[in-house]
Amino acid sequence: MAGVSVTFTVNGREVTATVDPRTLLVHFLREHLKLTGTHIGCDTSQCGACTVHLDGRPAKSCALLAVQLEGAEVTTIEGVAGPDGMHPMQAAFKEHHGLQCGFCTPGMVMMGIDIANRHEAPDEATIRRELEGNLCRCTGYHNIVASIAAGASSMRG
Amino acid sequence: MTRERHYIPESRQREKPKSKYFAIGHSMKRVEDTRLLTGSGTYADDVSLPNMAHAAVLRSPHAHARIVSIDKSKAEALPGVLCVMTGAEAAEVTGPCADFSSPPTTQHCIAVDKVRHVGETVAAVVAESRYIAEDACELIEVEYDPLPAVVDLEEAVTSTGDAVLHPERGDTNVAHHRVIDFGTVDEDFAQADLVIERRLRWPRSGGTPIETVGATAHYDRGTGKFTIHANTSMYNYVGWLIAVSLKVEPHRLNIVPTDAGGSFGSKLFCHKVCTLAGTLARAAGRPVKYLEDRIDNMTSGDAHGSDRVYDAKLALKRDGTMLSMRLKVIDDYGAYFQYGVGQHGNAMAQVTGPYKINSVQVDLTAVFTNKCQQGAYRGFGSEVGNFVIERLVDAACEELDIDPIEMRRQNLIEQDQFPYIMPTGNMYDSGNYQAVLDEALGMIDYDGWRQKQAEAREEGRYIGIGISTCQERSVFSATEFWMWNPNETPGFTLSSSPESVSVNIDPTGKAFITLNAPFWGNSPETMAVQVLAEKLEMDPSDISVGYADSDKGFNSSGPGGSRFTVMIAGAVSGAADVIKEKMLRVASHMLEADPSDLEFRNGSIGVQGVPGKEKTLAEVALHAHYFRLDLPEDHDLTSGIDAAYVYDHPVTTMPSEDRTDLGIFYPIVGHMCHIPVVEVDVETGKVDFLDYVAVHDCGTMVNPMTLAGHVRGGTVNGIGSALYEHFHYDENGQLQNALLSDYLHPTPMETPVDIRVGHVETPSPFTEYGIKGGGEGGRMGAPPAIAAAVEDALKPLGVKVDSLPLTPKVLRGMIREAEANGG
Ligand code: FES
Ligand code: FES
Repeated sequence: MAGVSVTFTVNGREVTATVDPRTLLVHFLREHLKLTGTHIGCDTSQCGACTVHLDGRPAKSCALLAVQLEGAEVTTIEGVAGPDGMHPMQAAFKEHHGLQCGFCTPGMVMMGIDIANRHEAPDEATIRRELEGNLCRCTGYHNIVASIAAGASSMRG
Repeated sequence: MTRERHYIPESRQREKPKSKYFAIGHSMKRVEDTRLLTGSGTYADDVSLPNMAHAAVLRSPHAHARIVSIDKSKAEALPGVLCVMTGAEAAEVTGPCADFSSPPTTQHCIAVDKVRHVGETVAAVVAESRYIAEDACELIEVEYDPLPAVVDLEEAVTSTGDAVLHPERGDTNVAHHRVIDFGTVDEDFAQADLVIERRLRWPRSGGTPIETVGATAHYDRGTGKFTIHANTSMYNYVGWLIAVSLKVEPHRLNIVPTDAGGSFGSKLFCHKVCTLAGTLARAAGRPVKYLEDRIDNMTSGDAHGSDRVYDAKLALKRDGTMLSMRLKVIDDYGAYFQYGVGQHGNAMAQVTGPYKINSVQVDLTAVFTNKCQQGAYRGFGSEVGNFVIERLVDAACEELDIDPIEMRRQNLIEQDQFPYIMPTGNMYDSGNYQAVLDEALGMIDYDGWRQKQAEAREEGRYIGIGISTCQERSVFSATEFWMWNPNETPGFTLSSSPESVSVNIDPTGKAFITLNAPFWGNSPETMAVQVLAEKLEMDPSDISVGYADSDKGFNSSGPGGSRFTVMIAGAVSGAADVIKEKMLRVASHMLEADPSDLEFRNGSIGVQGVPGKEKTLAEVALHAHYFRLDLPEDHDLTSGIDAAYVYDHPVTTMPSEDRTDLGIFYPIVGHMCHIPVVEVDVETGKVDFLDYVAVHDCGTMVNPMTLAGHVRGGTVNGIGSALYEHFHYDENGQLQNALLSDYLHPTPMETPVDIRVGHVETPSPFTEYGIKGGGEGGRMGAPPAIAAAVEDALKPLGVKVDSLPLTPKVLRGMIREAEANGG
């Protein structure tokens, strides 16, 4: 299979690679770039464990081909924190016990940051509605919702 | 060893519950979180070895068929393919998968001769990439000769001929049948004024964590040794059985645990995936990763939950006094039988619930069908027992016109009856069931909701209030796996189920704890840190935790059966005692004081009653590590400070020969009361939660924050089981919902806005600090409470809830039927 060259930005760094055109973005991130914080849970775009930011909006990286991303900007869980370690949304998840096994968590955090970006002070119902594409089997969502509300408020400062 | 019936061993508790703790009981933030939140966890698919190849499997499209021929030539010719393996080829080098049933049941990591369920592996491909491996699977040509598919559990009882899945086990699909009377059942039924009878159906669901199962195996030809990285558990307990399957000596297999992205029981052993990856790595001569995709996990993950039909009877006096039960149960185990009827051993731990019921008869039939086999799912069979008894109790309330709360108050075991030996012989160590009920009723405003319910009914709205008062047994003992086995083939009657840790104090006085079981999605590191900090009055941030592989680990059963926190606490506490003693001896020389005059205080060891006369742990540690010649000549005062400790099950006894007394095997028993308030939309069949209270008594709480997390998460699993989840096989044995698009987990929209969690703390007299396990409780209490709430909501229509899940479609059908009957 002929490879296709693609250039895009991942976590602020430009990446150029020649990929099999059918390579999914999630596999490109995990296997070529070793960014294993983005997870695969369902293969069919139900669970949201693979959520990244694509040009500032959340996207399920299992439902995108790497070659679609020419010129795009991608941020993964590894790219959200400043040099001091944790993004306020990550800190809120720790503070509010928003994770147990942690497998859905990168997707939840990416989604949480996006919710905070789009809503002034997201209330409980808004957060739940926005999370319809993210599954968590551990927490029962209660603390995830609380974490996102708190994270959104600390992002506003 | 024969013992008198109902002998209770003496408590081995060394750390009594305290009124004030240093670290235990605090909602400390989790130690595990930072790595998991930053994407630095190492889950099964995150393992990458040099020169690693990838595997995919070809799944059977048939529920039951003979494999006539397999042509793999086209697949092998595909560029990038390294090897293609059939079951027959694998069986030349690898034996059957580990299996705990007795008589044994043969399962291979790749099916040999016959497939027994849809999704079973028929061939496996190793290739340079997963993409190529999957392409190659499509090029394998298999000819099948279909056999009759057995799908219905009651029909399975009478299957014959070609419909029998395992003819080598006998010419029937009945995998197991045994009837046991625990206590004076006939006499107690003879005294009854009435007998409540219900036919109850518990559906097949599963843990279905968001992460599937995976293993990356390497075979070193130079040493003949396998290394397998996997999200397995029990690898330091029975992991050596995977070496037996791979036909190497156990010391030639090292199992390295990865983080698990959730388990809920489903990753209890994962031996098939480990065995497959090992087999393929040896054949391919390269490290191989095999990760189940979602369909593999749902159709062939060996982790479906209980699937039972009960004819259940409860005998009572007219005043509501419960006397005895008769349970006739058929359980659909699917195509294999990996843990035998361990799930029913488990259910016997609390089969009569929290009630003063004198006796019980259990008539148990396990059948083979052409479905994915059962494994473990949060409750391991006991959650079904809770559903059954609570449905019977609610039916009795209806029949006798007794309020469900009064009925429970009257029959709950009283506080002065502990330790309580229940009819099967298991012990309930301690409890205060009335206090749990009081707390829950206080939190929910029961009378207020009854008032609102009445008003809503006036408006044509259907609000219901349900209540469950259930046991949550914790800390399994291994006897549960084999106690039901036939006397002629008792199986491997093991009685050990220990947990171990090692603790090192480094030269600067900081601690490192090594666990011998994996991170399974709960909080083992946080638990271990809190217990060690408590013992050494040490800053928790000075302690870190790691996980031993099977080369370095020692006997540890691992998480499961809500045992890990209790067992880690026992092991850490034991290791800490060794460490303390040594540190005191070293400090006594440094301080020139008798060890018995010294105490641990806030990061130091000091002379009691003499403030300021102390040495920091760092000073003591440095001395112990590097200044041997300053210490006396005792040979056992070696350099350094470290300890390993094996903590055996705190209190367990053997079953009697005839099994009418199963002994003590699940004795650390918590209790809960769940009260959901639901509203049923009779037009759509949708169930909404208006309120939800869950009060648990898990003894001394190590960390109230993480315990509440478990209660909420488990409750939502229970909501899934009660309202949405069901592996649906059609009459041909095709699994209709093998994806998360149609196997419906609750999402944030289906879960209560707030599950309000309350706690009562009745310490166990048998465990360190009085801790009890709480990992499974939510799922063990929610389904009966929700069933009761829905039934209560639809009371005006006369709807009875005898089976789960109550999906909108099912509920609409029930409502329609009730309306047609003039309800
Ligand atoms: S893996 Fe992308 S949504 Fe599940
Ligand atoms: S924390 Fe385990 S799936 Fe969400």
